[in-house]
Amino acid sequence: MSMTQHAEPAVTSPPAPGPKETDGRTSERPLALRLLARPEIGVFLGAAAVYVFFLIAAPPVRDGASMANILYSSSTIGIMALPVALLMIGGEFDLSAGVAVITSALTASMLSYQLTMNVWVGVIVALLVSLGIGFLNGWMVVKTGLPSFLVTLGSFLILQGVNLAVTKLVTGNVATDDISNMDGFDQAKKIFATSFDIGGVNVKITIFYWLVFAAIATWVLLRTKYGNWIFAVGGNKDSARAVGVPVAFTKISLFMLVGFGAWFVGMHQLFTFNTVQSGEGVGQELIYISAAVIGGCLLTGGAGSAIGPVFGAFMFGMVQQGIVYAGWNPDWFKAFLGVMLLGAVLINLWVQRTATRR
Amino acid sequence: MDRSTYSRSRRMAPFVAVAAAAALTLAGCSSSSGGKKSTEDSSGASAGKASTPRMTVALVTHQAPGDTFWDIVRKGAQAAADKDNIKLIYSADPNAGNQSNLVQNAIDQKVDGIAVTLAKPDALKDVIGKAKTANIPVVGLNSGLSDWKKLGLLEFFGQDETVAGQALGNKLNSIGAKKAVCVIQEQGNIGLTQRCDGVKKTFTGTVETLNVNGTDMPSVKSTITAKLTQDKAIDYVVTLGAPFALTAVQSVSDAGSKAKIATFDLNKDLTTAISKGTIQFAVDQQPYLQGYLAVDSLWLYKNNGNYSGGGEQPVLTGPAFVDKTNVAAVAKYAANGTR
Repeated sequence: MSMTQHAEPAVTSPPAPGPKETDGRTSERPLALRLLARPEIGVFLGAAAVYVFFLIAAPPVRDGASMANILYSSSTIGIMALPVALLMIGGEFDLSAGVAVITSALTASMLSYQLTMNVWVGVIVALLVSLGIGFLNGWMVVKTGLPSFLVTLGSFLILQGVNLAVTKLVTGNVATDDISNMDGFDQAKKIFATSFDIGGVNVKITIFYWLVFAAIATWVLLRTKYGNWIFAVGGNKDSARAVGVPVAFTKISLFMLVGFGAWFVGMHQLFTFNTVQSGEGVGQELIYISAAVIGGCLLTGGAGSAIGPVFGAFMFGMVQQGIVYAGWNPDWFKAFLGVMLLGAVLINLWVQRTATRR
Repeated sequence: MDRSTYSRSRRMAPFVAVAAAAALTLAGCSSSSGGKKSTEDSSGASAGKASTPRMTVALVTHQAPGDTFWDIVRKGAQAAADKDNIKLIYSADPNAGNQSNLVQNAIDQKVDGIAVTLAKPDALKDVIGKAKTANIPVVGLNSGLSDWKKLGLLEFFGQDETVAGQALGNKLNSIGAKKAVCVIQEQGNIGLTQRCDGVKKTFTGTVETLNVNGTDMPSVKSTITAKLTQDKAIDYVVTLGAPFALTAVQSVSDAGSKAKIATFDLNKDLTTAISKGTIQFAVDQQPYLQGYLAVDSLWLYKNNGNYSGGGEQPVLTGPAFVDKTNVAAVAKYAANGTR
């Protein structure tokens, strides 16, 4: 059924014959161990460990406002990490995900500004462009059979160049013009970049979107036919096709889903900062992929969850901001980030090993 | 066969409908405020053109793609080139080895002059020697204030980053700031580090540095917010690039901090923020001037044998302060993307 995607060797191993086999290998393992064996739990414990660590090391983290800030930081990574994770479960990569966010924001901004249109026109066109880029990525991967790593490396470079060149061509500068006084801006800002006051703490809307998207993705993965298709095409494309899974449709739609995520985050950036710098976004794709991998998605595809990347993104946001809250020497920032992430992944791995061993 | 084409056209139908509907609705969607229509057409000053023979100049910088600052340098260089009947070849690479290859490329093209930035002087030493052997005059701009003479460059146009930092530090002193945070958007960048070090040198209060991920604006915003929450004593945020100052405005309000903001470098939106008072002041090193002077100086050298500073002194283009008192005079040019 829908739970078959989580390989649990200890459970699925056939009961070995022999007189001494009354040591409990065939009996059901305790609930705690079964829980620990799920990929999300490892990353959950890793994230919890990082959280507790910073609660102790950095007093400002205990404040509600700081938590809201950490969650905000995590959410802008997390919203993109979700479709990237689904795509990865489906057995493909998208290296253009980082710059695609900026492409989308640039499209919306420049189109509305240059044509003096209601910003919603730009927003809709940007959505179409983003979905189109996703479609092209997916279509090329499916049609050529080339590794998506190569195809999207190409689109990554293309988009990076196009972002710069087109922005320069259209605006004469390397950043877009301020669109905050245009029609529809306030309305769009309410949808993409507003914030609420909860118990005196300013909470950004992206946090809610992040969690809602994660819930939807989980439901799709575990409860729908499409979810099964994703696991199937990522596990073994040929046998998936043999049992009637529409491989091309599934893969292309997954790439388009990444396009949708890029559009959403792009719109958030545009309506938060009013302008877009054309050179941004480079390197973000690796952060999205890391969040997905830390969240238990296999690099080879076929396994993973939507909840795991949520914790993966949280871990990124937590470490990134936690180091600052702790007031550590900023020169070591990247090194700290790397060590903490590696540590968290090791905890994740260890938990899963011990849990599945017996 | 028939069926498949039929189903395809059936599948296309909704898209066609959506496209048609979109085209119809677009007509009624123009924005009544803002946008390009609201900015009057104000193209840059157009001067005459020199009648001297056509020459070629290469400008090779260490620009990272998409940096606003370098875009302004390039515009200045282009303006001088247009005026002096020069064909300008612009190339850039943040990697010192690649930059040196680009200089070699210019030598191979037998250009009439080379303008180069010396972010990593040692890496460019050999190739500048080759240019001299080929009798191509080389001028320096932007970075390399302490090295241009050693490398035998003709002249130099720029701002000492440390001096600019020191000037900002002094300004903070005069305002009465106590604790500043210096936000570095690219960890390990020499020029940026020098700016923060300069501030540290003269500022009597304490300065802390903060590294942010400059390619991801939301994370810049959260990180500055985090820093302001962690250390409530901070009363000045110093950013090293205009876009980051504008982001810092949001961080300050998110953190509920009373910190004020100052920055290095300018852009259009920043001048608006200074006139509104959300950002206090900016230190401008006049990148347009650097590009313009570097190219123009090669023209002067070729046509009249002049060189600025007599080969001894650099030509300083900054630091110039832009604050509420003089922002109006600057804003017009910043809007054109030339200051």
